[in-house]
Amino acid sequence: MTVLMTQRRRATGSAGSASPPSTLRRPKAPERLAAWGFLAPVVSYLVLFYAYPLYRNLDLSLRDYTVRSFVQGDAPFSGLANYRAVFADPTFVPALVHTLVFTALSLLVQYAAGLALAVFFNQNFRLSATLRALFLVPWLLPLIVSASTWAWMLNSDSGVVNAVLHWFGVGPVDWLTSPQWSLASVVIANIWIGIPFNLVVLYSGLQAIPAGLYEAAAVDGASAWQRFWRITFPLLRPVSAITLLLGLIYTLKVFDIIWIMTRGGPSDSSTTLATWSYRLGFGSPLPQFGPGAAVGNLLVVIALAFGLLYIRLQRRQQEAT
Amino acid sequence: MRRDLARRAKTALGLVLTALMLFPVYWMVNASFTRDQDLRRTPPSWFPLHGTLEGYRAVLRDQLPYLATSLVVAVGTAALTVALSAPAGHALAKLRPRGGGVLGFVLLVAQMIPGIIMAMGFYAIYLSAGMLQSIGGLIVADSTLAVPFGVLICTAFMSGIPGELLQAARTDGAGPLRTFWSIVLPMSRNALVTVSLFAFLWAWSDFVFASTLDGGGAYEPITLGIYHYIGNNNQQWNAIMATAVVASLPAAVILVLAQRYVAAGVTAGAVKD
Repeated sequence: MTVLMTQRRRATGSAGSASPPSTLRRPKAPERLAAWGFLAPVVSYLVLFYAYPLYRNLDLSLRDYTVRSFVQGDAPFSGLANYRAVFADPTFVPALVHTLVFTALSLLVQYAAGLALAVFFNQNFRLSATLRALFLVPWLLPLIVSASTWAWMLNSDSGVVNAVLHWFGVGPVDWLTSPQWSLASVVIANIWIGIPFNLVVLYSGLQAIPAGLYEAAAVDGASAWQRFWRITFPLLRPVSAITLLLGLIYTLKVFDIIWIMTRGGPSDSSTTLATWSYRLGFGSPLPQFGPGAAVGNLLVVIALAFGLLYIRLQRRQQEAT
Repeated sequence: MRRDLARRAKTALGLVLTALMLFPVYWMVNASFTRDQDLRRTPPSWFPLHGTLEGYRAVLRDQLPYLATSLVVAVGTAALTVALSAPAGHALAKLRPRGGGVLGFVLLVAQMIPGIIMAMGFYAIYLSAGMLQSIGGLIVADSTLAVPFGVLICTAFMSGIPGELLQAARTDGAGPLRTFWSIVLPMSRNALVTVSLFAFLWAWSDFVFASTLDGGGAYEPITLGIYHYIGNNNQQWNAIMATAVVASLPAAVILVLAQRYVAAGVTAGAVKD
């Protein structure tokens, strides 16, 4: 164990010394001016196209909008009424539960599969680099393409999944059209899309583990299973934490896949906060912008809570190196 | 001898896993070539033996304007993203002004805001500004997907450029603008390629902003083209899948031609090199 610890310190220590020494030097006045000149475009961009839309969204959620007052912009201020309406809505609890289930299941399976594949591809065999590159394909495809392909594969009557199940004597499953299965269907599609990200990031984490550790463990007679649980998994913990948190932030905002495959239905059985927010604002002939924005802001708060956790974790990791 | 066998077994297992993973992609291509009457057959036809180009004819007939719009939007988004990220990255990496750390923090947070929330805010703004259904508006909205990422990549990459180089340029009398343009930019080619590739891909794939800000307009991107196909409920899955195949082409081209940039982009967000 102590060998592992010193090894790790040595491995990370060499990486830490590569950081630029220029941190110590503070620039002179004209240079500072130039720096802000270079930053001015992106700062004004952030104010105009990030802060302002977010402010408008907050404003939407605090007013009582109708379609007419939305266009004219004179909706009366209604305080937290939209939020109260959202919390009292019968869709709220299912949407929250589905969001949690969708996120937790997706993350768990994506991470486990990504880690297994990363360990597998880390053993250099012929074609391993090429095959690893091919695994990226699902991640690069437009989400609407993946979603409609899965919708076609999970089609009740002529989908290939039901055809394969039929071989095994399992009756047709109404993947997208029955309330019991719709959430599972979108989770399956989302897992497929997320595996490549987990694979690539965890693989690069594996590459940073010194090969000498494995050799030493093998000499000491550790089995492959022991080597994984005693070396790979503990040393990969920082990368794992960051992968999972980033995955969490991405998964919370998944909207395209669910909307295209099931539209959150049937009868809200696959509705998450993201699809609910969209449906309230854009999905019906009578838009409810206020409640829609309120649901969206709840989602922002959840995403930001985990986002700050991620940033803290990353900071701590950088300080440790 | 045994080791050799084990290695071969691993390659075989790798091939099987990759085939399983890519099966949906194959199935999309397969359906795109399948005749209407064969689409509903049980068991399904595993290979498009009686292949048809019907689906692709439908794409040529209906989808070309959508594809053109997507191309314009994606190129515009990539250009805007690089134009904003490169100078900002230079400033944050090399000039290090007071407050730069806060800005980096803001960018990290900005990446975490769900697109659907931005879409609602943009909708309210564009409605009063009369910018709904405009290509420029869609480019700006799509760029919010990529700009924080772009700045972070550029910063990370540009902090690797040796400071002596910039110092030497300065002693030779080059101003800040010239140093940036003739030294930093050419040296950061890789980072700029990565950023523009991802900006292009994200804008090309965007559905949230397209459907909220651009729906029903004269110029709609290909994601809406597919969406209309599905929504019309015409059940012409070969045409839908043919459009999906065509819409996936940029991703395929990028993966083949620029794979190392892609891998760099995926990991850069998560792992510090």
